Amino acid sequence: MNAKRKDMIATVIIDLIVAIVVGILFFLLAYILIKGLPHVSWSFLTGATDSFDGTGGIGVQLFNSFYLLVLTMLISIPISLGAGIYLAEYAKDNWRTSLIRSAIEVLSSLPSVVVGLFGFLLFVVKFKIGFSVISGAIALTFFNLPLLTRNIEESLSAVSRSQREAGLSLGLSKWKTEVGIILPVALPGIVTGVVLSAGRVFGEAAALIYTAGQSAPVTNFADWNPMDAASPLNPFRPAETLAVHIWKMNTEGLASNAAALSAAASAVLIIAVLLFNLGARVLGSYLYRRVTASK
Amino acid sequence: MLKQYSFDKTAVQTFDAQTSLALKTEDLQVFYGTNHAMHDANLAFPKNQITALIGASGSGKSTYLRSLNRMNDTIATVTGKIWYHGVDINEPNVNIYEIRRHIGMVFQRPNPFAKSIRENITYALRANGVKNKTELSERIEKSLRGAALWDEVKDSLDKSALSLSGGQQQRLCIARSIAMAPDVLLLDEPCSALDPISTVKVEETLLELQKQYTIIIVTHNMQQAARISSQCAFFHLGHVMEYTPTGTMFSNPQIPVTQDYISGSFG
Repeated sequence: MNAKRKDMIATVIIDLIVAIVVGILFFLLAYILIKGLPHVSWSFLTGATDSFDGTGGIGVQLFNSFYLLVLTMLISIPISLGAGIYLAEYAKDNWRTSLIRSAIEVLSSLPSVVVGLFGFLLFVVKFKIGFSVISGAIALTFFNLPLLTRNIEESLSAVSRSQREAGLSLGLSKWKTEVGIILPVALPGIVTGVVLSAGRVFGEAAALIYTAGQSAPVTNFADWNPMDAASPLNPFRPAETLAVHIWKMNTEGLASNAAALSAAASAVLIIAVLLFNLGARVLGSYLYRRVTASK
Repeated sequence: MLKQYSFDKTAVQTFDAQTSLALKTEDLQVFYGTNHAMHDANLAFPKNQITALIGASGSGKSTYLRSLNRMNDTIATVTGKIWYHGVDINEPNVNIYEIRRHIGMVFQRPNPFAKSIRENITYALRANGVKNKTELSERIEKSLRGAALWDEVKDSLDKSALSLSGGQQQRLCIARSIAMAPDVLLLDEPCSALDPISTVKVEETLLELQKQYTIIIVTHNMQQAARISSQCAFFHLGHVMEYTPTGTMFSNPQIPVTQDYISGSFG
């Protein structure tokens, strides 16, 4: 067999594999959207769920998903930013640093149901916080942290050493150089990573079943005082998210149209995650152009 | 096969007490781990002159230069004394950030910040407490004029520095350094990434700048050293072999190794 022929066969096989991957993705997306979208309506998106049989809308769950996402990010971004900066700039190349790196890797490979049960035992039971938004947010932080830290470290390391030297040679401290010069350059990559991880957090169910809970008490959307029990912003109320809702409808849904309702909720979830991915691309390239002024 | 030269036979000039010096090193040695990269460098740099450091790759000239503003602190061990205004700035308790504000540096590859032209100049100034708007804009104009860049960018100060050409970027880096009002300017092969026309512009800038600053420049380009410098030091394998006025170095080198290097029959 000559080289040209070999090359042709290899190309065909690779193309085929790519086609299979893309095909599966499109089949899944189309299936979920076609099954679910016809049942999506404005009242479905904003209405409350009947707590007995689960019929009705997903308004509260949708809000819970976003609120949980915001809280999770508020906790995990500062921590992973600190950890990422430490690993990229300050950590010496020794056994302690590689221990930290392996610890982060282990954390990122923990099954999310284990993280959920851990959160249940520690926050819900031991600390007596109960099923709540905050318990869920902390559990999600656990498996969000390693990925964000890794992303931030890589984005920072990708910035040229000569930028650091420029800052230092002007008499700027290492910290000032890092925050004022390196971080802005790394920002597009960091933002892309954050938005992508937001998509994953948004779709997570297993870690939330035992932490944020499976009930979505009707909240009073006119009351924005986080201290009030009925306020949607109260972090100590149980908060079933969209992904958990889908899981529940499929395992213990009593409604006659449970399948249709969960298909509709899945379609909404998928669209939200797709929007996150699209948003990550658009925002990332916008920031990149802003920072480098390369039109 | 590289020719062997004796490191004992050197010709290093010293200056009398009348010459005012900007910087002086005594027995400066640099180690990268166990690798002894610089041996006993004893050089003095007269004020308001351009001194060129020449030599082949790996001769230690960049290593030496980067020691002068303590940029080697985290990667190498530097021993010996660096005298600056009567203070040994190679002492561990010296404030290195303060030192770097007095001894500026420009690097081989232009490395402007990914910010606007204006912010490239003002960022470090503001970090050091210069907040007054009028003073900032005065410093911007003065430093850009000093680096012969003002006329080219005065209408686009808010454009990204990365949109400038390589030569303009390098002159911006020079402007950024002199905006800190240093005494001494260290340049590490500042023209090696530039085309000949940009190189001429940077050289003209440096000749103008020596009226106010003491300039030490590492260069691979012997013509460049001959064109702009007053003093010239030749480095070979981590040793300073010859240090003489530039005219002497190129017309009448004192020792065989320099003669061979200058005439191109090296190694």
